[in-house]
Amino acid sequence: MDVISGLLQGFAVALQPLNLLWCFVGVVLGTVVGVMPGLGPPATIAMLLPLTFLMNPASAMIMLAGIYYGAKYGGSTTSILLNVPGESASVATCFDGYQMARNGRAGAALGIAAIASFIAGTVGVVGVMLIAPPLARMALAFSSPEYFALMALGLAMVVLLAGRSMVKALLAMLVGLWLAGIGTDLFSQTSRFTFGRMELLSGVDFVVVAIGVFAIGEVLANMEGRKAAESLPVPKGLRNLLPTMQDLKDSRFAFVNGSVVGFLIGVLPGAGSTIASFISYGLEKAVSRRPEQFGKGVVEGVAAPEGANNAETGGALIPMLTLGIPGSSTTAVLLAALVLWGFKPGPLFIPENPAMFWGLVASMYIGNLMLLVLNLPLVPLFAQVLRTPVYILYPLILGISVVGVYSTSGSLFDVWLLAGFGLLGYLMRKLDYPSAPLILGLVLGGALERALRQSLMMSDGSLSILVSRPVSAVMLSLTLLILLIPLFNKFNAWRLKALDN
Amino acid sequence: MKAAKADFCSGLALGGLGAYIIATAARWEYLGPDGPGPGFFPLWYGVAMAALSLALVFSSIKNPGSDLIDWSGAGRAFSAWGALAVSVAALKLAGFLVSFAALSFFIVAVMYRRPVWVAAAVAIGGAAGFYLLFSLALDVKLP
Repeated sequence: MDVISGLLQGFAVALQPLNLLWCFVGVVLGTVVGVMPGLGPPATIAMLLPLTFLMNPASAMIMLAGIYYGAKYGGSTTSILLNVPGESASVATCFDGYQMARNGRAGAALGIAAIASFIAGTVGVVGVMLIAPPLARMALAFSSPEYFALMALGLAMVVLLAGRSMVKALLAMLVGLWLAGIGTDLFSQTSRFTFGRMELLSGVDFVVVAIGVFAIGEVLANMEGRKAAESLPVPKGLRNLLPTMQDLKDSRFAFVNGSVVGFLIGVLPGAGSTIASFISYGLEKAVSRRPEQFGKGVVEGVAAPEGANNAETGGALIPMLTLGIPGSSTTAVLLAALVLWGFKPGPLFIPENPAMFWGLVASMYIGNLMLLVLNLPLVPLFAQVLRTPVYILYPLILGISVVGVYSTSGSLFDVWLLAGFGLLGYLMRKLDYPSAPLILGLVLGGALERALRQSLMMSDGSLSILVSRPVSAVMLSLTLLILLIPLFNKFNAWRLKALDN
Repeated sequence: MKAAKADFCSGLALGGLGAYIIATAARWEYLGPDGPGPGFFPLWYGVAMAALSLALVFSSIKNPGSDLIDWSGAGRAFSAWGALAVSVAALKLAGFLVSFAALSFFIVAVMYRRPVWVAAAVAIGGAAGFYLLFSLALDVKLP
């Protein structure tokens, strides 16, 4: 009853014309920010923060949260159309989304991404509404050993992302771990693998590696032949540009998978949407009846990571609002905004500020609906990007990549790194090294090392802490099981046969 | 080039990287009074990298196979990368708009053999578009 009356109160707040307007402004801004690589939601929210001091806090929070989840919607667009992931959480969308675009199904991929985002985003909001406080308390029980086990589980997905050679996939992942280790060690302040370069002290930015390996590597590979001077295929007719009933049917489990995995991982502070998208992609592939088609352009390979990416938004708000713990850079800026407006996020936040909390929840329902209504009609328009002849499209991708990287760091050194990783991405393609494990290692490496070292500090160097706690023991057993799968000849023979087919 | 030979070469290169990681990590503290030091984690993935690289090298020797890697179009890809590298080098001197326009012109006119006027239109139009969208509309600083 409390929930229903709270929600009614929330809709009374969110449906005020001014709040509807701010919600609309937020989701539109968020979509634009998501489409532009390098312009992340944290920077946008931080830039707009001073303007919100003139606004009612509830309206301001509705707008800023709109930017947050709107960016998740927009992030899929460049991943699908150009193979340019604007943020780490969009990498998994590239695997099948870009392949669908190459197969003339960009519209269906964009449409399914919007629908998955809507469903999972709504599930995330329902989760926030129903189980925020108990779930937040449970998340607090997650300590370093559990985080290590979670990261290890994420890394084990390399088995599912491997190409023909498991050894090459593992090597690519280890290179990713090495790249993640470049920079200043947070525990001892030792600079590691920096080759005496000041620019490397803060590490290698994920965006540089991902855009280099995926976008520039892809452009270089496509430029091998002059024959490919035509544009990529885009079917005619609105009906052919949107997902079919079969697509929706194929994605039904992916919607559930993405929603649940994304929300649960979102609740864990620091786990983030990247691991959520990779795990839901791996899970989808593992249970699929056509795993051999993953990476070649299957619709559920887009729906699962996109859903997880968006459901995570709802989950991530829980520790922020109920415990005052930001799980990501975006929620950290949102938390700062709440504090600046005079609120105290924590266990008493919801009882003390029901209008604010329920207004935000209701606005997220409305915002998700607005995003679906906004994004689906835009799908045919976005898909037209692929009609651009490749001799125009490729320089544009190179330009967007350079601007995206430079706008993130303001460093020309990073632009050089981008070019270097572009060449690496091309060579990896030629030598049949999968690039996804490299990104997985890079994204999870830092958190994995941090969690492992913290765990060993807690146990005075004893590794038994990793298996003596039930949650971490279960996750590590699952990790081991996934890693051992390729050793079974039957599975490996089936996997290679599937790849040949 | 045979795929096995490429595996052999890439295995050696990665083995070298693994050896470098081990040698460098060995200089850092492995276990200190407060727990694992900065050398702890790199040492382990360095060892794993060296071991897997050796496995790749040995398997390429043991199974030479007959698969070939098609390098026929690689010259064009390397040319494009070279042009990108030159344009990045020119960023400091000429700025993004000029170096991007030059890169676009090269790709359209030289790599795709389109008429010069098309290449010029793409170069100027693209640079203008970037300026209008990023610099003016979004206030994003261009290199």
